[in-house]
Amino acid sequence: MAIDAIVLNEIDNVATSVQELKAGQQAQVRLGREMHQVAVQEDIPYGHKFAFRPITRGDDILKYGEVIGRATGDIPAGHHAHVQNIESLRGRGDLRKEA
Amino acid sequence: MEFLGYRRAAGTVGTRNYVGVLSAVVCVNEVVEAIVRQVQGTARFTHHQGCCQTPLDIGLVNKALIGLGRNPNLHSVIIVSLGCESTDLSGVIEGIRASGKRVEHLVVQEVGGAARTTAQGILLAQDMVREASLQQREPFPISELVMGMKCGSSDTTSGLVPNPAIGVASDLLVAAGGVSILGEVTEFIGAEHILARHAADAQVGQAIFNLVDRMEKRAMAVGEDIRGGQPTGGNIKGGLTTIEEKSLGAIAKAGSAPIQAVYEYGERPAVRGLVVMDSPGREPEILTGLAAAGCNVIVFATGRGAPQGFPFVPVLKITGSRTAAEKMSDHIDMNLSAVIDGGDTIPDAGQRILEELTRIASGTMTKAEISGYTNSMDIYMQGPVI
Repeated sequence: MAIDAIVLNEIDNVATSVQELKAGQQAQVRLGREMHQVAVQEDIPYGHKFAFRPITRGDDILKYGEVIGRATGDIPAGHHAHVQNIESLRGRGDLRKEA
Repeated sequence: MEFLGYRRAAGTVGTRNYVGVLSAVVCVNEVVEAIVRQVQGTARFTHHQGCCQTPLDIGLVNKALIGLGRNPNLHSVIIVSLGCESTDLSGVIEGIRASGKRVEHLVVQEVGGAARTTAQGILLAQDMVREASLQQREPFPISELVMGMKCGSSDTTSGLVPNPAIGVASDLLVAAGGVSILGEVTEFIGAEHILARHAADAQVGQAIFNLVDRMEKRAMAVGEDIRGGQPTGGNIKGGLTTIEEKSLGAIAKAGSAPIQAVYEYGERPAVRGLVVMDSPGREPEILTGLAAAGCNVIVFATGRGAPQGFPFVPVLKITGSRTAAEKMSDHIDMNLSAVIDGGDTIPDAGQRILEELTRIASGTMTKAEISGYTNSMDIYMQGPVI
């Protein structure tokens, strides 16, 4: 069946869209062999991410089962998760180097 | 698996058989272009370096030119120089000759200007192409392939499909005894700990951390964070949010083979298997570095579609994006978008990449070769132009 988004690892909290998604639609999200439904709250461009489950400000953002950044605000499920609410933790001079 | 290649004196194997016309310094690029335009069977290398640079960077120019001249896809080489450049010409010429190739040298200030040098160069190149064209392809095992890996104009699909599929192809090539080279150190940042877990030993693991540390410091030394330039504006538009996310997708190209060694920019691997080479992510410099390291084929994953190739190394463009495959069809060699729709799998796609690579290595032309989109090239520099 046609899928709208993919979650790459079961611990991930974001899904990646593989279609243009519109606010209000139910997205068909594939996680391994399982299909999940997420109510999309905002338009999500092709290739962009949205919260697969509710994310709280300061949470790690998980994709590929790894940390790809940190939430700079709350991201309710179905909301666009991108540069406006996620910051990188690496390659920056303003943070202390991680151990 | 086998491919049809060209045997070289140094024991390497070419997948192409060009006479290379290499520019020793930025000031003679137009002479090199004029010669290559007039003679079929030649391939150029032009760049913006070779003078008014720090000794460190002149050293990199010398090494890159030797490596490019030795690339197995070049049958023989003409070096064009101005006469007052900083490049160490005798060192470059001797370095290439050590591989057993014919190397000729034209000096614009000695011959008497650009027009006369172009005329001499054309006649010389015609003679050398005739010599090259006498050589026939012969069968070789794929263990003679030296594969460079690159991703460019990435979007979300790059990390989902073509990069992991290239990882499978790399594992298959390594298992068959070949060499595969992973570069783009800027795109290890945030994922270097995962890459280091793949190192064959602790020393190699530490060398991977050191490369990333050096790359981060290089950006900070000019008062900038690397995140000012990575992910690029195009990456962000495509859906990539952070450098960590881009890096996790990018290192999927490494597959699961152990990393045997870490090399400097343009350095030729002395071991077989998967290795890492210091290099930036930008196309002109990394493709040059891979060619200088002796790659006879390059695979290039793209999400939004990138046109660049290299003048004498075939660059196989692979996408997992249906949009890129349709909109950029004259630049894309392989469309793996069926993986996203569920009709294809990463292991099957990886196997097909290796099969396509053996066809390309045997002479099938890539889209970049057909379109001739190969003029964007340069040598990676560390310091200022002075």
